[in-house]
Amino acid sequence: MHIKYESQLREPLVYGNKDYHQVTEDIVRPIEAKPTRLWYIGFFIAVTLLMFGVYSVYREVTYGIGQWNLNKTIGWGWDITNFVWWVGIGHAGTLISAVLLLFRQGWRTGVNRAAEAMTIFAVMCAGQFPIFHMGRVWMAFFVMPYPNSRGPLWVNFNSPLLWDVFAISTYFTVSLLFWYSGLLPDFATVRDRAFTKLRKKLYGIAAFGWTGSTKHWQRHESLSLVLAGLSTPLVLSVHTIVSFDFATSVIPGWHTTIFPPYFVAGAIFSGFAMVQSLLVIVRKVFGLEDYITIGHIDLMNKVIVLTGSIVGIAYLTELFMGWYSQNKYEGYTFWYSRAYLFSPYGWSYWGMMACNVISPQIFWSRKMRRNVFVTFFMSIIVNIGMWFERFVIIVTSLYRDYLPSSWSVYYSPTIWEIGFYMGTFGLFFTCFFLFAKYFPVIAVAEIKYVLKRSGESYKPGMTKLEAETAEEFAHNHAH
Amino acid sequence: MAQKKFVVGCFDDEATLFPAVKQVRNAGYKIKDVYTPFPVHGLDHALGMRETSIHTAGFIYGITGTTTAISTISWIFTKDWPLNIGGKPHFALPAWIPIIFELTVLFAAVGMVLTFCYLCQLAPGVKKHHFHKRATDDLFVMVIECTDKTNADDLQALLKTNGAVETETQVAEDGWWFGTYDKEDDLYNQKQLA
Repeated sequence: MHIKYESQLREPLVYGNKDYHQVTEDIVRPIEAKPTRLWYIGFFIAVTLLMFGVYSVYREVTYGIGQWNLNKTIGWGWDITNFVWWVGIGHAGTLISAVLLLFRQGWRTGVNRAAEAMTIFAVMCAGQFPIFHMGRVWMAFFVMPYPNSRGPLWVNFNSPLLWDVFAISTYFTVSLLFWYSGLLPDFATVRDRAFTKLRKKLYGIAAFGWTGSTKHWQRHESLSLVLAGLSTPLVLSVHTIVSFDFATSVIPGWHTTIFPPYFVAGAIFSGFAMVQSLLVIVRKVFGLEDYITIGHIDLMNKVIVLTGSIVGIAYLTELFMGWYSQNKYEGYTFWYSRAYLFSPYGWSYWGMMACNVISPQIFWSRKMRRNVFVTFFMSIIVNIGMWFERFVIIVTSLYRDYLPSSWSVYYSPTIWEIGFYMGTFGLFFTCFFLFAKYFPVIAVAEIKYVLKRSGESYKPGMTKLEAETAEEFAHNHAH
Repeated sequence: MAQKKFVVGCFDDEATLFPAVKQVRNAGYKIKDVYTPFPVHGLDHALGMRETSIHTAGFIYGITGTTTAISTISWIFTKDWPLNIGGKPHFALPAWIPIIFELTVLFAAVGMVLTFCYLCQLAPGVKKHHFHKRATDDLFVMVIECTDKTNADDLQALLKTNGAVETETQVAEDGWWFGTYDKEDDLYNQKQLA
């Protein structure tokens, strides 16, 4: 017999007295019910934002980048800030599903599906910014290396911006494959519960004909594990490469070797915050508190306080290096443009410090980590802070560079720049609302897999196992 | 496709499934498959399946990606269109590592997923016979293909004594085909299980 043992000291991952069928019921019911009024309102707001975004982008495409307040000195403003912000958010999903799978963290099962969906939507949003930043967006395919009639003129493989093209598109593809391969068995579950012909047909197409054969599961497990093994370095590489966009330049404030680890930690930090914001709402609206437990929230808050502190160390290290290098440009950027509160953008630096480094320290307290309201509030704060971080890095480094004659006037975005950003919120939430309505938001099969080991009602059964000595255990449960 | 006869035994607990698998195999029957709602670890070994080698395929796809990236970029930058970038070497391997890595991952992931779908015969619109609807919900469905010598009643009795909650004999098409689920499958009745 196969032994499922987990110490009773561990918190259950699934609360309540559940059996396998109950798990299916709990998770699949919300997508079989009619959408609520709240869902329609939320969806309507999201689509409205998306439409505003589409109009903003239309203006940018028609009239050019001049619709934004970028100038010769600040060539990357809100646009690239938003790009890096969204890509960062898009890191938590794969981190949860891949890295935690490799580390055998059972608690990932409750949150991985929604986190992966969030990753995919966030990367979709992120991709819009560099594409439309090109200005002549209809030439976007020029970034693809293929034999062309322009020479053939190739792309520059030595450029971090091209590395980014490969990194982001690979990341999106692999995350999508990982997410969808995990969805197949759950779509099959929904298909086999279909109560209308249309549902059966559509979920039948989505499930690819999954039956649950042992051989298929064996391959599926192997596939998931290898995809996790591939995604783990991938997720680290993506934000590393995004940080190379900055770090390989010679702009003071960007030209630092600390960027890759600092960006990756920041990405995980903001990604987990976004997962928290979404899941706190999802578990409440769909009544999934038994599956996305306070324990899950607690664990994710631990990741937040860890990565937030890593980011804090990185900020302090940068300040130290700004002084220690005795480079006057570095010193000026770090100690005047950023850290001096009354410099033109000093407010953004201290906003970042307050949101990212100081306020998450509240999560050293177990009571705060397990408080849903504090968690939700903090998750918003962290995401604001992480937006400020990218704004600080981009704008405070660019607005005053080596030549005072090229120093910029004060930069603030136009309504179309803001509109584009709002539009990606619309895109993100439109996708997320559709996902929450039509997809199983929790991995049903994976919850069943951990149920008898980590479910609340199965925990007492472990007492007998815990009482056995090693020899008795081996004797009683050997195959 | 040929119609075949199958004996189906449903179990509601993996703790009874494992001994049952052992008993059925010891009795000399060949288990066609066990359909489970989630991956049951050790079941593949209990059924005598060999390990999957899909990860080996992944490795091969991965090194294909690596080779593609290195050969393409080096050909472009040293032969086809050597660009002088500040007098630096044309063969700038360190600068290519990010793209080489990304292509390795991309090829491995896409290749593996396609291989997985091919081996398991999964694709949008594919239809397979389902021996029991609850196999994706809460039942572990053991399916044994009947031969000329098989006594289906004996086999059902054997399954019952080993803890099967439901047994039956089905005639079904083996394999897969394209089509809808509606023609023969009835829809799920919400009250059926309540």
